Amino acid sequence: MLKKIILGAASIAVAGSMYTTTPAFAEDTLYIPSLSYRTGAFAGAGIPISNGYADYFAMLNARDGGIGGAKVVVEECETGYKADKGVECYEATKGNGALVYNPYSTGITLQLIPKAPVDEIPILSMGYGLSAAAIGEKFPWVFNYPASYWSQMSSILKYIDSQGGIKGKKIGFIYLDVGYGKEPIPLLDKLAPEMGFEWVGFPVAGKDMQNQAATWLNVRKERPDWMIAWSFGAMTPTAVKEAAKIRFPMDKFVGNWWSGGHADLEQVGAPGKGYLAANFSGIGTDFPALQDVIKHVVDAGNSKANKEDIGKVNYNRGLFNAVIMAEAIRSAQAKTGKKGINGADMRLGLENFVLDEARLKEIGLEGFTAPVVGSCADHEGAGSIFLQQWNGSDWERVSDLIAPMTEVVRPLLEEAADNYVKEQTDWKTQSCG
Amino acid sequence: MFYREAGQYKTSYEADSAKFPIRQDKWFIWFYLAIAFIAIPYFGGQFFLDAIMIPFLVFALAAVGLNILTGYTGQISLGTGAFMGVGAYACYKMTLAFPDVNIIVFIIASGIFSAIIGAFFGLPSLRIKGFYLVVTTLAAQFFLEWAFIRIPWLYNYNPSGAIEVPQREAFGVIVTGASASSEVRYLVVLSVVVIMTWFASNIISGRIGRSWMMIRDMDIAAELMGVRPLYAKLSAFAVSSFYCGVAGALMVFIWQGAAEVEVFDYNRSFQILFMIILGGLGSLLGCFLGAAVIFIFPIIIHNILPPIWAIITPWTMSSSQADLVAAVMIGVLIVTFLIMEPHGLARLWAIMKQKLRVWPFPY
Repeated sequence: MLKKIILGAASIAVAGSMYTTTPAFAEDTLYIPSLSYRTGAFAGAGIPISNGYADYFAMLNARDGGIGGAKVVVEECETGYKADKGVECYEATKGNGALVYNPYSTGITLQLIPKAPVDEIPILSMGYGLSAAAIGEKFPWVFNYPASYWSQMSSILKYIDSQGGIKGKKIGFIYLDVGYGKEPIPLLDKLAPEMGFEWVGFPVAGKDMQNQAATWLNVRKERPDWMIAWSFGAMTPTAVKEAAKIRFPMDKFVGNWWSGGHADLEQVGAPGKGYLAANFSGIGTDFPALQDVIKHVVDAGNSKANKEDIGKVNYNRGLFNAVIMAEAIRSAQAKTGKKGINGADMRLGLENFVLDEARLKEIGLEGFTAPVVGSCADHEGAGSIFLQQWNGSDWERVSDLIAPMTEVVRPLLEEAADNYVKEQTDWKTQSCG
Repeated sequence: MFYREAGQYKTSYEADSAKFPIRQDKWFIWFYLAIAFIAIPYFGGQFFLDAIMIPFLVFALAAVGLNILTGYTGQISLGTGAFMGVGAYACYKMTLAFPDVNIIVFIIASGIFSAIIGAFFGLPSLRIKGFYLVVTTLAAQFFLEWAFIRIPWLYNYNPSGAIEVPQREAFGVIVTGASASSEVRYLVVLSVVVIMTWFASNIISGRIGRSWMMIRDMDIAAELMGVRPLYAKLSAFAVSSFYCGVAGALMVFIWQGAAEVEVFDYNRSFQILFMIILGGLGSLLGCFLGAAVIFIFPIIIHNILPPIWAIITPWTMSSSQADLVAAVMIGVLIVTFLIMEPHGLARLWAIMKQKLRVWPFPY
């Protein structure tokens, strides 16, 4: 019996491995891998992101027959938000003619950055990853449109300044104690004397994400005027609940754009009313492009998302990621005159696309986000963000677009990029004319 | 029939206590080495080398390290991930300080740092055993993880808190960094693993290894017979951590290219522990078999299950579903193995070998 099972399993395995010889993609398809995390601790954010990402391309395929006549093939590979599985997915898919990678995890991004110039496949880490990658001269193959963490932090500080001044105030910074959370600290150090505020850090270790009672006791002791959160996954609802418990004024508590998804605050509900979060992609479905997604993909039964989840924060984030890539593909097609492009063409596209107000209106996303324009030197686009507020059951946009303090952030980014490149021998840079 | 040692006479002590006393085993090992050193780098594609073989060898080396401690000396440890981290951070700091030195020298030398830290955290083992020791090694795990986060000097004040592997050469060939070819990196890992495993097998069959096994089997009896527990236990911790440290340095420098602290967390320790339990405690072969099952098996499931599923059923299976199936299958496999063959895959191999020796006339 056991022998039969083993033999059967082995023969299936052999048959399967024969079948999985690299699928040949036709010349005029655009192959885009999607490193998803539908499982694991961060699936709450990962699922809507992957859905939005896939649905936008599915909509373009259904409505326009692809981009510039070439069909888009999105292949998902599950990473579970783990760096080693992310690299495994990268190795498994890059041979299929991948145009661009969106790792959706800072850990995976850091591991892929050195590989990008060698394999000639660009990386678009949209609003995460290495802030210093914004310097296009030093990181030709890495992009973090529409804004880096440092730009975002400067925008949040500007918002606080606009709400009754920041001078002489005390800012509490609660962060996940990993690379992601620590990233904005140099900017806080730099801006604190310039803007005249004082800041205190409250690190939360990864295993204590859901156990922050002690941290918030410290917050109560320090009595900050404002709190800023760099949290992710289960850390966000826990932080908001604990803040509510110590009666911290919710409208003085600002999360970054990974700390403000629907999945995060729906678990908190009414006590989280007033909590603010940064965002760069519109909320809701009142955009023609999203209506098209619903019509061509969701109603046709080709989406993995439930209809009521369309238009939520992280779904729209994933969709916006797809929009940037689609625009870059169009730009690359126009530049090279080819239908099916490769990774190097895609890099050109990412440096040359123009997503201005007019173009946003044309693709049915007017007012969805701030304009983003690709460029050789500036790989973050210095995009503006807006703030959204939790009303107890849904997110509402509450601020205008807030531009980052480019004049402060840019020199810091350049310094960080120099430091990164200094450690690397034979690093490929580019000069922008 | 094929595997019969009839007619192979041993005429000296050396021949009798040889590593592979049967002639067929000697042929096999040379055959396997030839495949590993020639055929795999020549025919294996980049995915096979980068995503399967290199990590497999790295984990096998870490499993050898843990097996020395847990399988041969009987001291259970959950600090493997952290000891791997010590090796990686030590190698990183050394190569930044002396960029022109052959990187392989530093990869090996990083094991020394790990050995010192490991021996230090092994001190409680002189007084406590079993579950209590597990807890103290877990404390080492948490303390070292904390240190990797909180001591910015270790990651060179990088704002993202990660270590990025610079490009380094050995013998004029690029070995680390993204420009290093898969074949070169594979051969470096393979050479280190083969040489270190060979060392390990010699240490284990020698005086030191026998004293470890005496401590494992009954420490009081061992002490009465003249084995000093201080030396035996601490040397086991040091050697084990040395192996883990080298594995950690290889993992970051040759395999991943960059690392955050999370890659050295306690999940890594458990992963390595599962490898030696499934592979077989107290067996070097088991380390390799266990690493193969725990690491390679899910990748195979992940990559071939969706296409098979598409052939045999009308539905499609997504990558994340395949991942979940792999996780479930690994769990079931561990439970099944612990019930049906508690001595692991190595024991299964030994049974198979015995069957082969007497085949086709088992009586």
